[in-house]
Amino acid sequence: MAKVQGDVVIDIEHCKGCELCNAACPLDVLAMSAEVNSKGYHYAIKVNGSCNGCSNCAIVCPDGVITVYRAKV
Amino acid sequence: MTQNFDIPEIRTPENLVYKKTSVLTDNVLHYCPGCGHGTTHRLIAEVIEEMGIQSEVIGVAPVGCSVLAYNYFDIDMQEAAHGRAPALATAIKRVYPEKFVFTYQGDGDLAAIGTNETLHACNRGENITIIFINNAIYGMTGGQMAPTTLPGMLTSTSPYGRDVQMMGNPLKITELLALLPGTYYVTRQAVHTAALVRRAKKAIRMAFENQKLNRGVSFVEVVSNCNSGWKLTPLQANKWLEENMLPFYPLGDLKVNGELVKKSE
Ligand SMILES: Cc1ncc(C[n+]2csc(CCOP(=O)(O)OP(=O)(O)O)c2C)c(N)n1
Ligand code: SF4
Ligand code: SF4
Repeated sequence: MAKVQGDVVIDIEHCKGCELCNAACPLDVLAMSAEVNSKGYHYAIKVNGSCNGCSNCAIVCPDGVITVYRAKV
Repeated sequence: MTQNFDIPEIRTPENLVYKKTSVLTDNVLHYCPGCGHGTTHRLIAEVIEEMGIQSEVIGVAPVGCSVLAYNYFDIDMQEAAHGRAPALATAIKRVYPEKFVFTYQGDGDLAAIGTNETLHACNRGENITIIFINNAIYGMTGGQMAPTTLPGMLTSTSPYGRDVQMMGNPLKITELLALLPGTYYVTRQAVHTAALVRRAKKAIRMAFENQKLNRGVSFVEVVSNCNSGWKLTPLQANKWLEENMLPFYPLGDLKVNGELVKKSE
């Protein structure tokens, strides 16, 4: 079976730090930043490279902050 | 220093699997962090995009937290007086029968001040779609008790919990509407997990597609959270929703193609 590699792009200025994406990720790719954005929210960040592009994070994000790519490698 | 896990070489158009739909504007949603209103807006917008009906859809916004919904959808929208969205949608659909017409309403709007309009539009069998966000509370005005507030639930106007002896029973309006002859599709969904989001989107799609059949109201309840009103973090609120809202408001279809769904219990 071909391996898939995913990647997410997080629009950190529009993130409200709700952590729903983080909880929805089956591969624990996401966590919250120590820093805050200009609105004062801790934003979602990637903490490893194991994303498979399942899009769970993006579809639970109420603010549509996450864009997802998925490639066969 | 945070490590960079970006993989820019796979960020090509052919590898794109999810991007915010252009049927939503770039305006920042005013909703609280983690609020189901945002997720539900996005699902409606995605359905509109996928059906290719952006210029043929007219939405009706309510009074409540989603009073500004028209700022977020890049479609024609009309604001209704509190609770009157189904009446307004009735008029719009009758004037423009070829348009897809939907209302978007909270539980205070739809099941308290607007109960009359809701019941009659559903009983008459208007060919419209109603999206009903049930967070069991009046979110916008400070978390007061709604008809949908659970027994024992704490709200700012039931600080010791809803006492049904004194405050009356919660209204399961969705079950009630399913019994009316004018509803064609009635379903209850939720959007707090990825699997439920996928299912809710299919339901919203069906609720819009049904307007092509001209068979009556398609009604989608979304059991949602109100983190600020419930005084919980978004994650705590979703857990509370699972444990308290879903046993009282079970998810699933109540009526499909005009037929009540029989529960096997
Ligand atoms: C005629 C009228 N009565 C009362 C109000 C005050 N009011 C504004 S929003 C609201 C309730 C909204 O609750 P809900 O429909 O559940 O939506 P939510 O804010 O929870 O999304 C009320 C009572 C009003 N704006 N107009
Ligand atoms: S796409 Fe899936 S695997 Fe990747 S970060 Fe999002 S939830 Fe995790
Ligand atoms: S779900 Fe969206 S808003 Fe919430 S933390 Fe994740 S990216 Fe930010």
